[in-house]
Amino acid sequence: MYSVNYHRANSVADAVKLLKTGDAKLVSGGMTLIPAMKTRLAAPSDLVDISRITALKGIKVSGKAVTIGAATTHYEVSTDAKLQKACPALAELASMIGDPAVRHRGTIGGSIANNDPAADYPAAMVALGATIVTNKREIAADKFFKGLFETVLKDGEIVTAVTFNAPAKAAYQKFRNPASRYAIVGVFVAKGKDDVRVAVTGAGDNGVFRAKTIEAALAKSFDPAALAGVKISADSLMSDIHASADYRAHLISVMAKRAVAAANG
Amino acid sequence: MSDISLTVNGRQVRAAVEDRTLLVHFLREHQGLTGTHVGCDTSQCGACVVHVDGKAVKSCSMLAAQASGSTVVTIEGIANGADLHPVQAAFKEHHGLQCGFCTPGMIMTATDMIARHPEGLDEATVRAELEGNICRCTGYHNIVKAILAASQTMSKASKPKKAA
Ligand SMILES: Cc1cc2nc3c(=O)[nH]c(=O)nc-3n(C[C@H](O)[C@H](O)[C@H](O)COP(=O)(O)OP(=O)(O)OC[C@H]3O[C@@H](n4cnc5c(N)ncnc54)[C@H](O)[C@@H]3O)c2cc1C
Ligand code: FES
Ligand code: FES
Repeated sequence: MYSVNYHRANSVADAVKLLKTGDAKLVSGGMTLIPAMKTRLAAPSDLVDISRITALKGIKVSGKAVTIGAATTHYEVSTDAKLQKACPALAELASMIGDPAVRHRGTIGGSIANNDPAADYPAAMVALGATIVTNKREIAADKFFKGLFETVLKDGEIVTAVTFNAPAKAAYQKFRNPASRYAIVGVFVAKGKDDVRVAVTGAGDNGVFRAKTIEAALAKSFDPAALAGVKISADSLMSDIHASADYRAHLISVMAKRAVAAANG
Repeated sequence: MSDISLTVNGRQVRAAVEDRTLLVHFLREHQGLTGTHVGCDTSQCGACVVHVDGKAVKSCSMLAAQASGSTVVTIEGIANGADLHPVQAAFKEHHGLQCGFCTPGMIMTATDMIARHPEGLDEATVRAELEGNICRCTGYHNIVKAILAASQTMSKASKPKKAA
């Protein structure tokens, strides 16, 4: 690791100020950034630690409205009793990220800001129609994720929370890479009052995306059988040593069927 | 440089470290606690697992400065004098190790796992929760056995004894 200056921010305002130092970067759980710095893929001059800012931590559920602070860890999301009731699919998704030690440190804000094309949370955010709240504005998840490791976040902008309305039914199904355990294909299905949203991670060559043909079929009938004739195009899906685009296309429909079955309970 | 202050195995420690110092290097090189190992460059093997504020974390993926103000427990801090911790004793009893390189991380992961599952553990849960710990030698069977046995011993020990 190259040398770096570490700062601990006490508040979001403090973090905004500290971020103006040199080529500073935020560090939250550090589960992506620190390994990247160790291999010198990232080399910020300064690190601004936001993980201990109380205002960025915790989960609020009021009626259907759910708010999760950016610095809330995967472990906290997976074990929160209020969230397990309001949106068990998201708590379960968090329990499938990495391993227990990674979940103890990694945070939802860091995961969505990083927007790894195989990360789990982006699929949930898009399918839940979540709003990403920053220190400057509120951004619809549909607009937030821009491409591989790219979001619409501007320099110095800090994700403070995510909010969404708990859906009537939802589930996430993840087909893991056997070595890294990241998703080769992950499908999050959410049935709201009057719409169905389906988002896919791990497969798109431009990151997370909505599977509109699956959404249309499920809007008519929220049942795995409704997907029997739905063909997923392999265009704009990733091909790599783990899986070809065709295989990923096939997996999307299999995982979507399983997710609908799980959502129906 | 950062001035850091933390509790390590019950001892208050203050030190000036380079900001880029990883917690695992601080423990091994500054504190001489070489029980915590480094087995990979990719945050995947778990040989470096220690507890920070009561939770298992990978000390190779955290800066010492990030741990300032926290309480850290390493493999050196869990035995009670000459008496092995029940998880250590179970690894010995069930041959949960061969070369021993992964063992400190396995044991710190196991003690955290047992603490998070007061209702008890089954084999599937133990295997799923060992996701982040890699062992080149044992094939995991005896590690799983040891953790299940330790979890049972510990839950018996923590149940209040019936009055005679
Ligand atoms: C072994 C291992 C296995 C993993 N497996 C999975 C997996 O299966 N699925 C999965 O989804 N992920 C996985 N991860 C990644 C993990 O979920 C990370 O926690 C996550 O990607 C990043 O969150 P973080 O809080 O650690 O972010 P950091 O590493 O602290 O930061 C990541 C990036 O986001 C920026 N950032 C952080 N917080 C904010 C904020 N509030 N506002 C704006 N920018 C911010 C940082 O500057 C940095 O560029 C794994 C990681 C490891 C080490
Ligand atoms: S050395 Fe920390 S995970 Fe391998
Ligand atoms: S005992 Fe050798 S690596 Fe596990």
